[in-house]
Amino acid sequence: MVTTAARDDSFNYRLWRYDGAPGELIPLLQSAQDHFGYIPRRAIGYISGVTGIPESEVYGVITFYSQFRLQPMGKYVIKACDGTACHVQNSRMIIDTIEDELGVEVNGTTEDGLFTLSTVACIGCCSLAPVMMINDDTHGRLSPQSVRKILREYRRREQAARAKDAASCGDRP
Amino acid sequence: MKKVLVGMSTCGLSAGSQKTYDRFGELLAGAPGSFELKSAGCIGMCYREPLVEVREGESRVVYGGVTPDVANTIFNEHIKGGRVVEEHVALRMEPGRELGGSEAPHQKNQVRIVLRNCGLIDPESLAEYEGTGGYQALRKALLEMKPDEIIKVVKDSGLRGRGGAGFPTGLKWSFAASQKSDVKYVVCNADEGDPGAFMDRSVLEGDPHSVIEGMVICGKAIGAHKGYIYCRAEYPMAIRRLTIALDAAREKGYLGTNILGSGFDFDITIKQGAGAFVCGEETALFQSIEGKRGMPRIRPPFPAEKGLWQKPTNNNNVETYANVPWILVNGAAAYAAYGTEKSRGTKVFALAGKVKNGGLAEVPMGMPINDLVFKIGGGIKEDRAFKAVQMGGPSGGCIPASLGHTPVDFESIPATGAIMGSGGMVVMDDQTCMVEMARFFLNFTQDESCGKCTFCRVGTLRMLEILTRITQGEGRPEDIDKLKALGAQIKEASLCGLGQTAPNPVLTTLKYFPEEYEAHIKDKRCPAASCTALVDFCIDPEKCTGCTVCAKNCPVDAIKGERKAVHVIDTSICAKCGKCVTVCTFGAVYKK
Repeated sequence: MVTTAARDDSFNYRLWRYDGAPGELIPLLQSAQDHFGYIPRRAIGYISGVTGIPESEVYGVITFYSQFRLQPMGKYVIKACDGTACHVQNSRMIIDTIEDELGVEVNGTTEDGLFTLSTVACIGCCSLAPVMMINDDTHGRLSPQSVRKILREYRRREQAARAKDAASCGDRP
Repeated sequence: MKKVLVGMSTCGLSAGSQKTYDRFGELLAGAPGSFELKSAGCIGMCYREPLVEVREGESRVVYGGVTPDVANTIFNEHIKGGRVVEEHVALRMEPGRELGGSEAPHQKNQVRIVLRNCGLIDPESLAEYEGTGGYQALRKALLEMKPDEIIKVVKDSGLRGRGGAGFPTGLKWSFAASQKSDVKYVVCNADEGDPGAFMDRSVLEGDPHSVIEGMVICGKAIGAHKGYIYCRAEYPMAIRRLTIALDAAREKGYLGTNILGSGFDFDITIKQGAGAFVCGEETALFQSIEGKRGMPRIRPPFPAEKGLWQKPTNNNNVETYANVPWILVNGAAAYAAYGTEKSRGTKVFALAGKVKNGGLAEVPMGMPINDLVFKIGGGIKEDRAFKAVQMGGPSGGCIPASLGHTPVDFESIPATGAIMGSGGMVVMDDQTCMVEMARFFLNFTQDESCGKCTFCRVGTLRMLEILTRITQGEGRPEDIDKLKALGAQIKEASLCGLGQTAPNPVLTTLKYFPEEYEAHIKDKRCPAASCTALVDFCIDPEKCTGCTVCAKNCPVDAIKGERKAVHVIDTSICAKCGKCVTVCTFGAVYKK
């Protein structure tokens, strides 16, 4: 069941199944972004070719919505919340801390391709403000100290995984 | 057998409820059959998450702050030993006994209609929803009532749109019903974009079937066979639970063709938003469903006449639909018994900001703001001074503490210059700078303006520039008049609600807190010690341990001090970058 649903949502399947039904452009773009991690130039071409919607119009829709990205993203996308509730709980300081810890500015990606930092206007976790999401995981009641701890934990896990990968590759006959 | 319900909404999960759930899973594996483990939605007490309820028959004990260790204690004491772990009890509900537990005052003043099932049932189980009387209203509407009878009940209940504008729901339905068209649509606006509002998320995550049921009933009332739920992409859990609920409803015959043998067909599709605040405006929302840029258009024609795909459409928000099944089952009079004369029923508020008990509260309309903040919200964090409450998000305004007696309803709140909005209430204390707050909202609306109307696109940018320079200590005496003039013009010359309301946060703070603007402009001083350019960074000698981290990290070498001795910031060198605040592990650096 899950695999059918996954296939139904996949970019290629949606593109192949497109029957001219109106309103499909945004779901197509969403599945392209799921597939590639961002919307590459060639995906705009595919979509335009299949749907007949001019590339300029597709590009117009992409740039209108904040969800869509035209550049590749890091493995972990951090959405630091700067909604009202987080803002009054000093979310600016949290964002400053993330920028400092990662050495990137908002909308930037770290050199190792691990983290992309973005801000969002409310993820609906206001009573646990300030909050951030790292991919689909929400972290609440943040302080500059806990933010650094969380980010270092992700880094550490990633390095451990890489070391393990390298070790297992070395073991191969 | 005892049932253990772990709150697994976004708020619970971010407080760590997954770990709690896993611990109960391990405990259950160690003692199979000792209890039944379930996940539930959000009960509204977000400040006490992770929440765990132990239920046995009619008796229910809700524990707050349940870490895996507390889970062990609950298992050993309560589940195995039958002794309630008093120190962690948040709520205690037993038949024939008064509501107990530390959070009883938070719950006592509430009336739960929209949130009737949130936190009490497993949102992924249709059977549990049916067990609480779910889909009885649909049965009644489809098998016993005519469309105009349904509309009459909704009209009589006095229900008004909960998305913010407060348009009478029954009247709206009757407009769509009176249109002659073979194709009509029912749209649910779940694009809850107001920063500081999360009621709809909780309902979708905690009780998705109530929204689906409300939409099908609306379909029958107006003669539509197709529904859309437009949900924002920032709510992945809500979308997941909705998808599960829709599949289950289809399988059970509550959606699809010939529903319950009535001959009525209806189905619902989820459309995921792509991150644009303006899509909360209904005509922009329709454009977005149609796959275009979400830009509002002129009304009339109104959606009831020409909405989605140019067909008659009824659009309500999540909370409005969730009310409908309750009204049909319990009757219009029962609903109208709550609230004030013109604003009937209850409203869900999302309390957040500098309030002790942040979370959801559903109260009868007309409750004074003070009661919400102090009785339900438990007062201000650290017992600081209550300064203002921000209602209605970026379209709303700041209501000062001096107007705390104002009842929350569709008449009294707009009279203050704010709006009801969808129910977000962000509480502010004396550390919140109102000028900075206004700048924050303008920054948001300026970013989210779709760009269609010049006044909204350019005017908000000019206002933002003025506010930014005021918060940076470069305000000019004429700025206040300029802001007022621009605000009035933007309101006048914008097409949709976004532009028409964008100046509200500025105009209300100008009205209620003029002295703060003057302090920034004339004295170059921020009374709340919030605007970085107008404050000094200092180190609290009580908290400083002399660890030297701040001194090492200071890019301009403004911090002096020996190891293990209190450090001092030289304000004549300090560049006010704030780096020291973010690196101090003892919270010793503060702004003055």
